[in-house]
Amino acid sequence: MSDAHSAEDLKKHVRAYILVFVSLMVLTVVTVAVYYVHLPVPAAIGVALLIASVKGSLVACYFMHLISEKKLILWVMLLTVAFFVVLLLVPTFTAVDKIGP
Amino acid sequence: MEIPYTVEPRPDTGLTSGKIGIWLFLASEVMLFGALFATYILLRVGAVEWPHGAHYLNIPLATLNTIFLISSSVTMVMAWYSLKTDAFGKFRLYLGATILFGFAFLVVKYFEYSAKFHHGYYPKTNTFLAIYFTMTGLHMLHVIGGMAVNAYLWGPGSKLWKTDKEHFANRVENSGLFWHFVDLVWIFLFPVLYLL
Repeated sequence: MSDAHSAEDLKKHVRAYILVFVSLMVLTVVTVAVYYVHLPVPAAIGVALLIASVKGSLVACYFMHLISEKKLILWVMLLTVAFFVVLLLVPTFTAVDKIGP
Repeated sequence: MEIPYTVEPRPDTGLTSGKIGIWLFLASEVMLFGALFATYILLRVGAVEWPHGAHYLNIPLATLNTIFLISSSVTMVMAWYSLKTDAFGKFRLYLGATILFGFAFLVVKYFEYSAKFHHGYYPKTNTFLAIYFTMTGLHMLHVIGGMAVNAYLWGPGSKLWKTDKEHFANRVENSGLFWHFVDLVWIFLFPVLYLL
């Protein structure tokens, strides 16, 4: 968050925290409900990771205040997430690796 | 020697040293857990058969733990907010609740682990349980670490509030950033290990 906080800004923060909290709870229920629908595995993975990504973004943006954080922090974390995604894609691609026995 | 830029932001970065320090630490933590998630993918993709998480794990208990950690995140941020509004009593209440939610998470995890061991499920049993215990074990260590820092800030560390309010609020904010990260990791661990 920025280092200067007015009283009105802080009140807005609290409203956002409560809204995010309720959203996270609802999305948790949705995550578990989707599991009991027994989707095919690829669809289940897609839906579960999509919901987890939305929940993670809410925590990072609002509870960790990334949405109003200084650009330096934003760039550092965007770079980190980019490396994180590459790290996950490398083993994922082994699923389509047809080289070798 | 006094540590510089604990309250005043550095002119070049516009950030306090603690703030930039905790974010860089969290960046390294993302890569640490990233390595384990990559390991999970590699093991799963390479496995002839991969058990469904629910075969070994308890989904209602994990859902309860998700609720505990999400609740602890909102009480953590409210603890920081309380300091910003000069309400030290509320700060203690909210941070105390955060620590208790963390403790509740550990209690549930204790029952979960105990049930696994009771059924003869150990990390050596199969690859799924090996990565399950590794990832949740490392996450649990982070919960314990976060609780220890929060307990310090709730107790002896809170003396700083009397002499330097802004510095103390910054410490709570940085501790909170770590705690939210622990919550964030669990948000991904829960579906990956239990539901997929």
